[in-house]
Amino acid sequence: MSKSIEAKDLNVYYGDFLAVEGVSIEIASRSVTAFIGPSGCGKTTFLRSLNRMHEVLPGATVSGKLLLDGDDIYGPGVDPVTVRTMVGMVFQRPNPFPTMSIRDNVLAGYRLNGTRLSRAEADDVVERSLRGANLFNEVKDRLDKPGSGLSGGQQQRLCIARTIAVKPDVILMDEPCSALDPISTLAVEDLIAELKEEYTVVIVTHNMQQAARVSERTAFFNIAGTGKPGKLIEYDDTSTIFNNPKEKSTEDYVSGRFG
Amino acid sequence: MADTPNSVQQRERRDDDASASTPAPTPATVQTPGAPTLGSRSDDAPGQSAGDLAGRRSRLTRNTLPRWTWLAVLAGSAVVAAAVSALPGFSVPLWLVLTAVLHVIVSYVVTRLRVGRRKATDGLWTNLVHLAFLTALLPLVSVIWSVVSVGLPGLIEPGFFASDMRGIDGTIDQASQEQGAAVLGGIRHAIIGSLLITIAATVISVPIGLLTSIYLVEYSRGGPLARAITFFVDVMTGIPSIVAGLFAGAAMAWFLSTVNTLTGAFGGIRSTMGITAAIALSVLMIPVVVRTTEEMLRVVPNELREASYALGVRKWRTILKVVIPTAISGIASGVTLAIARVIGETAPILVTAGFVVNVNWNLFSGWMTALPVYIYRQFQNPTSPNFSDPSHQRAWAAALVLIIIVMLLNLIARLVAKVFAPKQTGR
Repeated sequence: MSKSIEAKDLNVYYGDFLAVEGVSIEIASRSVTAFIGPSGCGKTTFLRSLNRMHEVLPGATVSGKLLLDGDDIYGPGVDPVTVRTMVGMVFQRPNPFPTMSIRDNVLAGYRLNGTRLSRAEADDVVERSLRGANLFNEVKDRLDKPGSGLSGGQQQRLCIARTIAVKPDVILMDEPCSALDPISTLAVEDLIAELKEEYTVVIVTHNMQQAARVSERTAFFNIAGTGKPGKLIEYDDTSTIFNNPKEKSTEDYVSGRFG
Repeated sequence: MADTPNSVQQRERRDDDASASTPAPTPATVQTPGAPTLGSRSDDAPGQSAGDLAGRRSRLTRNTLPRWTWLAVLAGSAVVAAAVSALPGFSVPLWLVLTAVLHVIVSYVVTRLRVGRRKATDGLWTNLVHLAFLTALLPLVSVIWSVVSVGLPGLIEPGFFASDMRGIDGTIDQASQEQGAAVLGGIRHAIIGSLLITIAATVISVPIGLLTSIYLVEYSRGGPLARAITFFVDVMTGIPSIVAGLFAGAAMAWFLSTVNTLTGAFGGIRSTMGITAAIALSVLMIPVVVRTTEEMLRVVPNELREASYALGVRKWRTILKVVIPTAISGIASGVTLAIARVIGETAPILVTAGFVVNVNWNLFSGWMTALPVYIYRQFQNPTSPNFSDPSHQRAWAAALVLIIIVMLLNLIARLVAKVFAPKQTGR
């Protein structure tokens, strides 16, 4: 159900521009890993290359190996769509489908792919996913109302429910709480703690307290200057990164001296 | 006229007493230079009392004119304009123009003197914008008015919708005009022709236009082919409709003769028929559909596409189930507006489908009449050249029907846009 990720010397490009250079990282299954670093250092770009969402943008390419439980997802003949069914993603801004009800939003992974579900199966998926996202009690009486009528925090949890409804192996989260208030953030963080029982979670965050709260391992990305590629500077246990980092720049960043 | 300002003054006094206990001393002196000028204007009596009022206003509201000022200025302008325009001999257009000009000038001067330059400039431009709006409305209203008033008698003629022009000749029209007999003949064939041709044109152009814009927005990534398509679509938008008609006629004639020499499949079919007109109209319609649909697809947020991809949904399913449903209201109203645009075309239908007096249900054989062509023919070649009134009555009534159809299409477009629009709220 849950898979490990291993990147080997991964370079990520936008056209000719090398955005992220030489990342090698091992992410264990059933864990929470946080990516931190200043803006523009390639955290999100690297995250998006983990489920081949990166190449959706025109001209974007990746070189190197990225192994999902030992299988290279950039290998020849690999269908990006298959990769994305295994590696789900939650975006920075909540983006429920505006044309669909809450129920249909949760079932979107099935509905959009044309998978037929019986009424009972669909009800089961909806309840399981919404409960998994700690949203069921708030919306159970208005499942047929549009998803865009929910509050921002509820919408983000709806997007998480939509992602776990298709049972991926890995969940990527791109600053999932940056548009949310502290209470909704707490709800999402609690949820992340529960999700790691079943899934491998990778989260990009600008909030270092959040990284310290939710993650077991933390990766620090940095950029040498504008126009230079972003690099993975240090990757270690979260407590080590925050209390006893090996690199000077990591220490400067986590102690708030720059960035 | 003296009573009204007084009563208003009373009311304002009471308001002021309630809000400000101490009257501000300064405003009266600020206001005085304007007062004599205003007082001397016979058409602006309400302004006189404003000077007294100003002293009693609160500090916040001192530099404002009473709300009814603009109405008073307008009424005054109207009276003066009526007097002036009566000099050369009263006429309504002259009176209206003079009233507008006077109103703009007087309200500028009044505001300038009583309130200040900024407010005066603001009011001047507000008035000019409103005037421009009314001027733009004028032709529209007058077109609707003249078509409705002239066309209505023909429209309510019994059998106007149910009959065609078969058997209607000069003697019948002569009888109508000279002896007051009912005007016979109707537009059944023209309505059927218009609807069939337009529906066929829609069926041809919507898939082509929709798929083109999907290619442009979702697949092309701004390559040379996409730029070429965009360029030619823009060129197509500017093609004169008669050229589209000639093109469709020539293309159909060439197609039929080529197939006939090769296989002989089409025998004696002539190129003048409904489907040729539909092709001509679709030449006009495709660029409009491509343009509106492209705009609508572009405003669909990229986040929705990415959300769909991230769920492991294929691109074509994402387009079909996420992008198009999100944009469907705009697409539908764009298509409806494109239909409304081509349903009024005359020239391309006249040269491709011709003109007949009886109903023809078959798009693929024989001549066909459309409403605009019917109107054109009834005006240009009345059924009875010497007694043209019945023909003109039919033409005006048909024009009214055409306007009603176009209005209905616009209403349908709005309705469709509303029904399909993504539900934004629902708390």
